[in-house]
Amino acid sequence: MRPLIAVLALSALPLTGLAQTVPAPVPADEVFTLAQIGHAIAAPTPQAGRTAASPANAPVDDGQWTMPSKNYASTRFSSLTEITPQNAKDLKVDFTFSLAVNKGQEAAPIIADNTLFVVTAYPNYVYALDLTKPGAPLKWKFAPKPLPASQGLACCDVVNRGGTYDKGKYIFSTLDGQVIALDAKSGKALWRTRLANLNIGETITMAPTVADGHVYVGNSGGEMGVRGWITALDEDSGKIDWKAFNTGPDKDVLIGSDFKPFYASDRGQDLGVKSWPPEAWKIGGGNVWGWITYDNELHMLYHGTGNPGPWNADQRPGDNKWTTGIFARDPSSGDAHWYYQFSPHDNHDYDGINEQILLDMPFGGTMHKVLIHFDRNGYLYVIDRHSGQVLSADPFGPTNWTRGVDLSTGRPIINPDKTTKEGQDVTDICPTASGSKDWEPSSFSPETGLLYIPHENMCMDKKDMEVGYIAGTPYVGAEVHMKPGPGGNRGELTAWDPVARKPVWAVKEMFPVWSGTVVTGGGLVFYGTMDGWFKAVDAKTGALAWRFKVDSGIIGQPVSYKGPDGHQYIAVLSGVGGWSGAVVSGPVDPRDGSAALGMVNVMSDLPKYTTAGGTLYVFSLPH
Amino acid sequence: MCSRSRTESYAALLSAVLLLAGCGRGMQAALPAQQGADTGPVIDSALDPGVDHSLVTVDPRAAQYYDNPQAVQTGKLLFGAFNCSGCHSNGGGGMGPSLMDDEWIYGDRLEQIHQTIVQGRPNGMPSWGGKIPDQQIWQLAAYVRSLSLPATLAAQNGPTPGQSPAPVPRDAAQDSGWSPPDDTTNHYTTTTTGPQ
Repeated sequence: MRPLIAVLALSALPLTGLAQTVPAPVPADEVFTLAQIGHAIAAPTPQAGRTAASPANAPVDDGQWTMPSKNYASTRFSSLTEITPQNAKDLKVDFTFSLAVNKGQEAAPIIADNTLFVVTAYPNYVYALDLTKPGAPLKWKFAPKPLPASQGLACCDVVNRGGTYDKGKYIFSTLDGQVIALDAKSGKALWRTRLANLNIGETITMAPTVADGHVYVGNSGGEMGVRGWITALDEDSGKIDWKAFNTGPDKDVLIGSDFKPFYASDRGQDLGVKSWPPEAWKIGGGNVWGWITYDNELHMLYHGTGNPGPWNADQRPGDNKWTTGIFARDPSSGDAHWYYQFSPHDNHDYDGINEQILLDMPFGGTMHKVLIHFDRNGYLYVIDRHSGQVLSADPFGPTNWTRGVDLSTGRPIINPDKTTKEGQDVTDICPTASGSKDWEPSSFSPETGLLYIPHENMCMDKKDMEVGYIAGTPYVGAEVHMKPGPGGNRGELTAWDPVARKPVWAVKEMFPVWSGTVVTGGGLVFYGTMDGWFKAVDAKTGALAWRFKVDSGIIGQPVSYKGPDGHQYIAVLSGVGGWSGAVVSGPVDPRDGSAALGMVNVMSDLPKYTTAGGTLYVFSLPH
Repeated sequence: MCSRSRTESYAALLSAVLLLAGCGRGMQAALPAQQGADTGPVIDSALDPGVDHSLVTVDPRAAQYYDNPQAVQTGKLLFGAFNCSGCHSNGGGGMGPSLMDDEWIYGDRLEQIHQTIVQGRPNGMPSWGGKIPDQQIWQLAAYVRSLSLPATLAAQNGPTPGQSPAPVPRDAAQDSGWSPPDDTTNHYTTTTTGPQ
């Protein structure tokens, strides 16, 4: 059982009058191990083939970086080989560029046509830099002027997860819920489509996915009782082609005759109504604020759905479909093909919106077209893309809310000790509300066969309480206090072998790793830390090859590209913030552990290590 | 409102918009006496946002919420009931700013906090005027002001502030906000003639 830990970590350096301390880590025996709760429907068969993304989803690398995920497969793999573990020590800053916004910068720089594009956190400036000239001077700047009120509706800092380039256009979203297509050469707006209603708390923070002549985007607002949707805009005009809600009657969800979910609990009429108390689905969340993945091989679209609202689960008995799960949809019509629910009747804010990596992988003796998803709920799922069947579900971080996933029903085996109840303070729930891993995307190297997962090691105490719905205000109904997971390191970079279903190496970090990763043909993984180190580690061993201290913590998505001069460059944004960094970038006081939805309790020391910022850094070897 | 006495007009400075929209040229009725001697409509501006010292000196309605333990306790309950805590947590902030520090964007007097709640603010603070009984807005204002009082901060035990709110002392309003240097005047001696 749980050992008595009498010593509380007392900070010697009180930041303010009332010293807040980072709580003691949750003891290791409070969580289950991979061996205890990891499951697969068949034993590993690595001899059946080599894991790789198909050429349809990951075409030959042209050295550009035109979408945040690098390719449809979302490998975030750059084939460039100039920078290696041996020479990385010589990396130097090639140029920097101030974003003029000191909020959390989560976007990936986009490189196309010898131009680097970047979109900032609110007020969502877009900059285009000319890579053909020394110092990469500014070609143009676009200021979309989103409505200031949107700042007060964003749950977790005023972030933007990036734009994307396609056919001469740079396409991005704004916090106040517009999607805008700019002419990449001139910076002039070609079209603007307003999608969000601020009065009910809707915003947009995600990076649109552009494919098949469509721009796919969804809404944020899971903490405001906003009903989640995904929509497809015509890439040339911005007109809405289809829109699917993630709660409510089948006709709204675009569930019809094509819908063939693998598991029985997802079959039935209007489950998006029936799995809720009357009318609750109308304010039930299930937002689409993370990653939408287009499958160019199976002509399918995959997207997760966010947490149900409110966080207080006692106010919404039922499975709360179609929240905290994943849909496969027809990209042209939006019609649902299958769905799987990671966290039915979510108790813990485990949004299902993290990235999907599309791979061909040996499993059960044959090659399978799989989707790999690292959920907030602590499990790494390998899912058959044709059927929606879960092939394996393994914990990749501290987990105790379940005792594994029952792969015959697909449902998590709930640990009642960690199930929240209104009015009770349930302690040491792992993972925490922001998950074993949040939105920050992983990468995959076809050369090592490994996934590089930036993630968290945090747990929480959660007390649910009744909350009333007031449009445009938070609809949460919970008080959360987060704490470090076993070992005390709040973050980790893990290299994971999806075939063998186990970690190969891990680098522990003091703070949650809230940046993305990029892995290169040269054998390096790049990522940033919240205290401001940009690092390169050996993709095979995790050994540190190089690091550089930037001006502010890093929560952005690093990329690797070939410059006009033929050399390899690495680009990343600094600028701490986001949910985990709000205690630095936001108007938040470290003395209130419940602030920023309980995140401050575990991040109150971050202001000692970094300040707000926002700068583009580009690195290369001397040449 | 246009026909109210001057004192009541000061007190009822819920919204400059209301005054402008409802009274037209009668906005003079809201101006201090020394300006009443000027002729024609006037335009003034205050450099301190939300703090027009010539107009909002004292709101008599605020008085009863100072030194009032019941007001801050009731305000604490309302703070949760109306989801203020959803954005401002237990005072530490999140989606909205911290209320337990000593930075007051729109002023820390109860009438200023009241005004912020009634009108909303452009960066995301909703407008609650007409949606919550006015007395409750005053009670909320008292609790919000209490969050950063030394006595309230000193009572914090553990990671959750604001649980034992101290009454707002009358003198909490004495030194707050910007005021003109002693050798200058707070009276508008020059005005610009606006459109007739």
